[in-house]
Amino acid sequence: MVRELLKHLLKRPATLKYPFEKRPPFKGFRGRPIWDMKRCTGCELCYKDCPSEAIEMIGKGLEAEFKHHLDRCLFCGQCEEVCPVNAITMTEEYELASYDRAEMIIEFKREEKASKNLSRSSKNV
Amino acid sequence: MSYPTIRIPFGPQHPFHIEPEYFMFEVDGERVVSVTPRIGYVHRGIEKAIEDRTFIQNLYLIERICGICSNAHTTCYTQAIEEILGVEIPPRARFIRTIIAELERIHNHYLWLGLAAHEIGFETLFMYTWRDREIVMDLLEMVSGNRVHYAMNTIGGVRRDITPEIVEKIRKGLDALEERMRYYKKIAMTEPTISKRTAGIGILKPKDAIALCAVGPTLRASGIKRDVRADDPYIAYDEIPFNVITYDGCDVISRLFVRCDEVFESVNIIRYAMDRLPEGKIRIKVPRRVPEGEAVSRVEAPRGELIHYAKTNGTTKPERYKVRSPTLGNIPSLCKMLVGGYIADIPIIIAGIDPCFSCTDRMAFVNVNNNKQWILSGEELRRYAIKWYQKE
Repeated sequence: MVRELLKHLLKRPATLKYPFEKRPPFKGFRGRPIWDMKRCTGCELCYKDCPSEAIEMIGKGLEAEFKHHLDRCLFCGQCEEVCPVNAITMTEEYELASYDRAEMIIEFKREEKASKNLSRSSKNV
Repeated sequence: MSYPTIRIPFGPQHPFHIEPEYFMFEVDGERVVSVTPRIGYVHRGIEKAIEDRTFIQNLYLIERICGICSNAHTTCYTQAIEEILGVEIPPRARFIRTIIAELERIHNHYLWLGLAAHEIGFETLFMYTWRDREIVMDLLEMVSGNRVHYAMNTIGGVRRDITPEIVEKIRKGLDALEERMRYYKKIAMTEPTISKRTAGIGILKPKDAIALCAVGPTLRASGIKRDVRADDPYIAYDEIPFNVITYDGCDVISRLFVRCDEVFESVNIIRYAMDRLPEGKIRIKVPRRVPEGEAVSRVEAPRGELIHYAKTNGTTKPERYKVRSPTLGNIPSLCKMLVGGYIADIPIIIAGIDPCFSCTDRMAFVNVNNNKQWILSGEELRRYAIKWYQKE
């Protein structure tokens, strides 16, 4: 054991000086999920499957908008998996702490024009 | 024994253990005379919560019963539900589940070795093992996308595939882990700091181990060859050759050696599984509505045998769910080990079974009165009196 200890005297520390040095997450890391509202069809699957009720849905169908409660999210990736149009992606963001819970509600809204166009097209269909 | 024994409460909050648990020790001088465990301080009502979530949502809830054996719990859950559904998962999914399960076992045993070293005051070993534990945690993050809650299992298979690049990286990581564990085992065999604190401590004789239903490495360190992976093979264990590790020492150092050797076995299992990873799909589509039925499934979690029971009623939610975690199975034998030992050995003996009280305390469970078998004569009345006074 003493030999091992002496060997480590000359080595650099195994830990990182975190806020200054960051370890990039691996590919496929499950970080904060984001919604691509242009793709979303409002099928409610992500909202229904979320194990911790972190997804709040306002409105229905193609006019639906989302509130993502980051403070409740488990980062399990079930919403990403279940989405039939791949509108949800798990990003590699992991520094998500905040002093205020209100700040941790992230809204995903449709652009005015886009939503109008979409609703019009849906009527035509 | 003309002097009265002294009662020492231990916990629920105690610096030696991070989880709240209460033990009442009766001591005569430095010797422990009897032990009364009181579990239930981390009761979170998970079993009831399972009943009002869908089968998909429960995957992530059941994973959170325990942080360390998260994959063992979901494997057990998915097995039970797949049995009720009557589906068989693709061979590739079975092999991937095996790889994750064994990586998790390596992770758990490294973690335990560090904690045991910390318990006996060997901080250097604690730091080294926990540094090396990062290797396996990084591997798991690379495969699954998260360090602790892997979320790899789903009903009908696994959620992510293992690509050839990942296989290469796992191989490299395993080489490092195997080499380091070989070194730690050598230290455990030669270093007097470890053998003085652990050899001959916490004796659990084979007869008692069977009578008190010990599980996992605790049982195997008493020389009994029993392992769910070998006795009742699940996932891909029937296709992979491996040895069940046993030691005859019946003490804490044997439990340490069992865990060290299990790491080598796990490394071999993963290598074998990666060499023969079958091609094909990783998951099959299963209906969300599960027909009426019930199933019991068993898994060898890193800490021992884990049992799940599921009852379904044809809806999207289970009707009843029950979990028997390995630590609950080990508590009676833990009490047996503690009796007759010194007060100073209590932390390492408790740490020796690798307790996880979060696993144990999903339900209120008070088993105070069943411990009569190792109460000394005349003690029973005294204990009754003590309890009676406590109520007042």
